[in-house]
Amino acid sequence: MNATTTFHLDGEEIPFTPGQTIMQAAVAAGTYIPHLCWHPDFQVNGSCKLCTVKVNGRFGSSCTMEAQVGMEVENRTAEIDDKRRTLLQMLFVEGNHFCPSCEKSGDCSLQATAYELKMMSPHFDMFYPDRPVDASHPDVLLDFNRCIMCGLCVAASRDVDGKNVFYMGGRGLLGRRVHISSESGRLADTGFAVTDRAASICPVGVILPKRRGFAVPIGQRKYDLAPISEQVKVKTP
Amino acid sequence: MTFELETAVSPENLRRVAIDPVSRVEGHGKVTILLDADNKVHQVRLHIVEFRGFEKFIQGRPYWEVPVMVQRLCGICPVSHHLAASKAMDMMLGVKQLTPTAEKIRRLMHYGQILQSHALHFFHLSSPDLLFGFGSDVAARNVVGVIAAHPEIATKGVLLRKYGQEVIRMTAGKRVHGTGSIPGGVNKSLSLEERAELLKGIYQMVVWSREAVGMIRQLFEQNLAEYNEFGRFRSAGMCLVRADGAMDLYHGGLRARDAGGNTLFDHYDYGRYWDVIAEDVKPWSYMKFPFFKSLGPEDGSYRVGPLTRVTHCDSIPTPLADKERQEFVAYDNGSAAGATLGYHWARMIEMLHAAESIKDLLHDDDVTGHDLMASGERQERGVGVIEAPRGTLIHHYRVDENDQVIRANLIVSTTHNNQAMNTAVREVAKKYLNGKEITEGLLNHIEVAIRAFDPCLSCATHALGQMPLQVSIVDADGAVSDAVTRDQRGLTREIP
Repeated sequence: MNATTTFHLDGEEIPFTPGQTIMQAAVAAGTYIPHLCWHPDFQVNGSCKLCTVKVNGRFGSSCTMEAQVGMEVENRTAEIDDKRRTLLQMLFVEGNHFCPSCEKSGDCSLQATAYELKMMSPHFDMFYPDRPVDASHPDVLLDFNRCIMCGLCVAASRDVDGKNVFYMGGRGLLGRRVHISSESGRLADTGFAVTDRAASICPVGVILPKRRGFAVPIGQRKYDLAPISEQVKVKTP
Repeated sequence: MTFELETAVSPENLRRVAIDPVSRVEGHGKVTILLDADNKVHQVRLHIVEFRGFEKFIQGRPYWEVPVMVQRLCGICPVSHHLAASKAMDMMLGVKQLTPTAEKIRRLMHYGQILQSHALHFFHLSSPDLLFGFGSDVAARNVVGVIAAHPEIATKGVLLRKYGQEVIRMTAGKRVHGTGSIPGGVNKSLSLEERAELLKGIYQMVVWSREAVGMIRQLFEQNLAEYNEFGRFRSAGMCLVRADGAMDLYHGGLRARDAGGNTLFDHYDYGRYWDVIAEDVKPWSYMKFPFFKSLGPEDGSYRVGPLTRVTHCDSIPTPLADKERQEFVAYDNGSAAGATLGYHWARMIEMLHAAESIKDLLHDDDVTGHDLMASGERQERGVGVIEAPRGTLIHHYRVDENDQVIRANLIVSTTHNNQAMNTAVREVAKKYLNGKEITEGLLNHIEVAIRAFDPCLSCATHALGQMPLQVSIVDADGAVSDAVTRDQRGLTREIP
């Protein structure tokens, strides 16, 4: 391995090409860095902060920070995972996440990451925000109770589908949320289709195809088969 | 209208004794008793102080989520709610007939639940009362005491329940709160390996279930006078029956008989249950009191559950259970079939029926089939009724054009049995508490009557015999003259 194009991630030598972020290089090498808002097919959002690592002793987002030769990056240390667990707990209490009756359970990145990081309780008081369910579309259900503001639906609809069905708007912890780009604010009044990329991009249970819930039995769902840390997809940007 | 001992004529001069909490029926229950200066009972009420709220917060949710969400009502028999909601959603989807594999997998799941729930109730929760005596030493009157004194019986109870839970796990995906049943069918069938695994154990389950029927029969024979009369009263009843009148715990038409055994309606389409059943309300209870419309609220209360099912059906479609049914209804000129404690005997007959039914289904190749889903013409409304371990369970939903639930109504077994449990408790209070000093043993008599109906109550009640109870006697001027507390430390009395 060429020493000029590698860095160390938890002591493991990770190769990279110039311009690659730490996250991209890690995923390409099959090494898991916890994350939620990052997706290899879309521009970096950098909002969830779950992929925070320590680079040469200082905290940074692995999804935005370019890899440099000789970097010493800490990833799955007790200190960093503890902070990630706190971030996860905040995400859980800010929304209304009821895994026991959620059809995304077993396929949900938020839930799988919580299992990976051994989150045992929400710790913080629940916010119980009042968030809408939009069932107006004939083929797709939107349940914003589960939204973690990752922005992937916004990016997918804008960059792949070319429809701009979603946008992020509002201010503050409870005010900022994903909106629908139609005069009525209803999904049915947009050009959204179940075949859109945005319809299958949501890492949690907000955007769901209708009438298919619980079709996959327990034991055969995505994260029943292997933990999220073992399902690192080797992709290049 | 009120029933005997429901409301005292002059409560202001009576002492109030409260058992609070009795325990829970998916919540908490309490018994209040009003006594005069001579300790004569004037009023007895069983209050189920539960608030569930599922009917409200299910509104707005997508219909396919309902069978998974509403099963969270219960941790003991969630399969009942899972299946009742699925059946309602089948109707809403216009599915008139499930695929053979889907129906048989659902039945398997249901019989697994009947097996485990009845085993739990009888062996873990009620057998301490029955084996040791209602007023026996509280230190031993619990499941640990049963394990110590009768390890063989306790072991069978544990293993029967474990087997039922395994049936549920293989059909629903989890032992508790699975997802196997979905609107229009199921999401899995049995693999050949799962079927072979279950077949290995089922014959032993049939044998043990049969022995359990023998055990409760023997207990009846040994205590005939007490068992026959304990909390006894005449009551109407309702259950599902198959088209030929046989017992069917999964599907059928409604059969109802009055207290005299006369048929009120038979093979009634449960899709219009509201034409024959209404619900009364009383100012002192959070729970409704269902009654048969044709008889009115005064005479129309009824009971549901094993005793009604076993005595109302024309036959049981498995041979060993049907033989036991015939002996049960004929026993001592039908005395056990009308006794409150006859619930236990009937429950064990149903457990045997469940074990036999599981055995038959495991020999049916359809349970390993792959045709899992059916479809139909979408409707606005869906009603699902199933015979849960404790009795008839009704789920009723309306779903709008966006697939969201806009109305939900659930009538659970405990609600059907509300008046019947109140009556049983009053009968016991009249006979055992009149003029007596309150003791732990006498309090337990009240609980024994309640337990006969609903193991959800007895669940926490009998948790190692440590059910917390606080009973206070309050004078007419409001002063506490006597207070008894039961907790882990035992019975303590505090007289001011």
